[in-house]
Amino acid sequence: MVPLNLYLSLSAMLFTIGVVGVLTRRNAIIVFMSIELMLNSVNLTLVAFSSFLGDATGQMLVFFVITIAAAEAAIGLAIIIALFRNKQTVNIDEINLLKW
Amino acid sequence: MYNLIGLVVLLPLIGAAVNGLVGWRIKNEKVIGIVGSATVGFSFVLSVLIFIEMLGRDALNRLEVVDYFRWIGAGGLETSFAYQVDQLSILMTLVVTGVGFLIHVYSIGYMHGDPGFWRYFSYLNLFIFAMLNLVLADNFLLLFLGWEGVGLCSYLLIGFWYEKKFTGDAAKKAFVVNRIGDFGFLIGLFLIFVTFGTLKFEPLFLQASVMSVGEPVLFLITLMLFVGAVGKSAQIPLFVWLPDAMAGPTPVSALIHAATMVTAGVYMVARSATLYALAPLTLEIVAVIGLLTAVLAATIALTQNDIKKILAYSTVSQLGFMFLALGVGAFWVGIFHVYTHAFFKALLFLGSGAVIHAMHHEQDIQKMGGLQKYMPKTYITFLIGAIAISGIPPLAGFFSKDEILAYVWHDGSVLLWVFAAITAGLTAFYMFRLVTLTFWGDPRFKEHGEHAKHPHEAPATMTVPLIILAVLSIIGGWVGIPKALGGGLAIKQFLAPVFERADRIMALPEHGVHAIDYVLILLSVAIAAAGIYVARMWYLKKPEIPVGLAKKYSGVYKVLSNKYYVDELYDAAIVNPTVKGSRKLLWRGVDVGIIDGIVNGLAKLVEIVSKYGRLVQVGVVQGYAVAFVFGIVFIIFWLLFR
Repeated sequence: MVPLNLYLSLSAMLFTIGVVGVLTRRNAIIVFMSIELMLNSVNLTLVAFSSFLGDATGQMLVFFVITIAAAEAAIGLAIIIALFRNKQTVNIDEINLLKW
Repeated sequence: MYNLIGLVVLLPLIGAAVNGLVGWRIKNEKVIGIVGSATVGFSFVLSVLIFIEMLGRDALNRLEVVDYFRWIGAGGLETSFAYQVDQLSILMTLVVTGVGFLIHVYSIGYMHGDPGFWRYFSYLNLFIFAMLNLVLADNFLLLFLGWEGVGLCSYLLIGFWYEKKFTGDAAKKAFVVNRIGDFGFLIGLFLIFVTFGTLKFEPLFLQASVMSVGEPVLFLITLMLFVGAVGKSAQIPLFVWLPDAMAGPTPVSALIHAATMVTAGVYMVARSATLYALAPLTLEIVAVIGLLTAVLAATIALTQNDIKKILAYSTVSQLGFMFLALGVGAFWVGIFHVYTHAFFKALLFLGSGAVIHAMHHEQDIQKMGGLQKYMPKTYITFLIGAIAISGIPPLAGFFSKDEILAYVWHDGSVLLWVFAAITAGLTAFYMFRLVTLTFWGDPRFKEHGEHAKHPHEAPATMTVPLIILAVLSIIGGWVGIPKALGGGLAIKQFLAPVFERADRIMALPEHGVHAIDYVLILLSVAIAAAGIYVARMWYLKKPEIPVGLAKKYSGVYKVLSNKYYVDELYDAAIVNPTVKGSRKLLWRGVDVGIIDGIVNGLAKLVEIVSKYGRLVQVGVVQGYAVAFVFGIVFIIFWLLFR
């Protein structure tokens, strides 16, 4: 049986990749994918603990996260499309109107 | 019957409420006037019935406290809405409702056609209600309620014609000056409560009567109470509001500023006679202030030309006489003078109102003269009032003034008596100067041609009260015929139980009848007669004498006609520094500098901080995300490794 540590390490790595992706990439689509990656790394942690502890609560939470991720994906993509129609770009460095 | 005392107080309040709430809808002056007068009239009838029942009782059994409900109960303070019916309060109630009723009736004629007719009667009834609370209260707190109530009504009625600026100013002046006195009064009440633990008269005076004479705390209490009396009763140094208060309608001057409210101070001191008897030093102060006020006001009255101003200064002077009587320990004499003064001074004021009415609001006596043939009823009644106040027997003023002089001679000092007697002479002089210039001689107003004046006698609603008051001014003093003239001093016997404790503490010797009493009576009558004679002589036959005197002693004349520059002094010493200090220091300094400075400074601080702080908001979303991540990392580390 694969030990818990490996699952958690994989999850941590995926999460870090997601964070770095959000912070460093300029393309809104990739930033968006990085966020999804972070969400799924959390899902992995939840499922791993659920399996190891024999408690279904973790899996239940995963369903919630997936549902919200789906909704978020729909709204997020819609926003990105609206942005692109206005600015002809999805480079988030150029989307900086909300400032002093 | 005693239980009906609450109704006596309540009826005027009902009248005030009816006229005040729905009076503006009632277009009929008669209805308003009848509601206003009848409520006070019923109060008077009820108080007469109570008085008759009181006379039927045993002399020591006449006091009764009628307790209606618990008013304030907090900690050690227990105050009821309770009325103390005794000889002193019933006498004051009779005067207030009786004279008040006559003045209400008079006002129906005097205020005819005034757009504020209903408002006037509402205020006047409210005044009677407050004044009755003042004189009937069984504790100092309820007395204070009435005290402030009459002050309020005085303010409202002085400023009744508020569209003129000077009436508003006079009303404000009266209110502010009274507040100064009230401040002292309140301190006195606090001191009483701290010292005795109660504000109820009877337990309080019972406790006090076993204290030793000259106790410092009693001196302070009585002095503070006297400060209140000085404000309300227009004594030095707070008399300046009363002459200005003449800006109000004349019946108001008669009721509030002559017959009733201004005597509240005398009543209050007499009510606290036990406390004052224990503080001889305060009594001396009371006597001296009273005499000084009497002299000062009488000398001012010599040179005034406004008919109401002369009467106002005369009132101040007579109030001084009352305080002089209280000051020498003759409390009942002070109340006796309150009682006679109420008749003849109300009469004089109402008479002057009839004159002003007839002269179309002319108040300068130099522009009158010869009015006796135009308005005989007013003339006769006014003359009776003038004789009464001058102190010619057997009119009312003689008996009370003579008692004051006699007591000052016996229990005070010769010096006090001399000044008091001179003032009595001055009173006769200025009153007959007023009578001469107003009613005698030739008219000094235009009878024919352009701007002619046609003086006319007042209507019956005005002359009937005048006649009743004139009768009272004649017979009112007969309850106090001195022993020297074969009388029994009925009013002294009647009031004796009220002042019994005070008299025991003071232990003044009872005066028998001495030869000196006859000399004093003759002297006081002679002085009064001389005053009358000189006034008639100077102003009727030889008007060049007073003019010559005024020229010869122009310095003195100027000081007198300018009222000793007291108003100017107060303006320079208190009013102007306050106004200037408020403008320069409080407004420009404290308000603009400090308070506005703090508010504006805070706004400026926020502005400066945000000017640089907002630069953090660069608008790059990833910048915020970096800060967010570092924040989370920091918190995790802090939670794990702290």
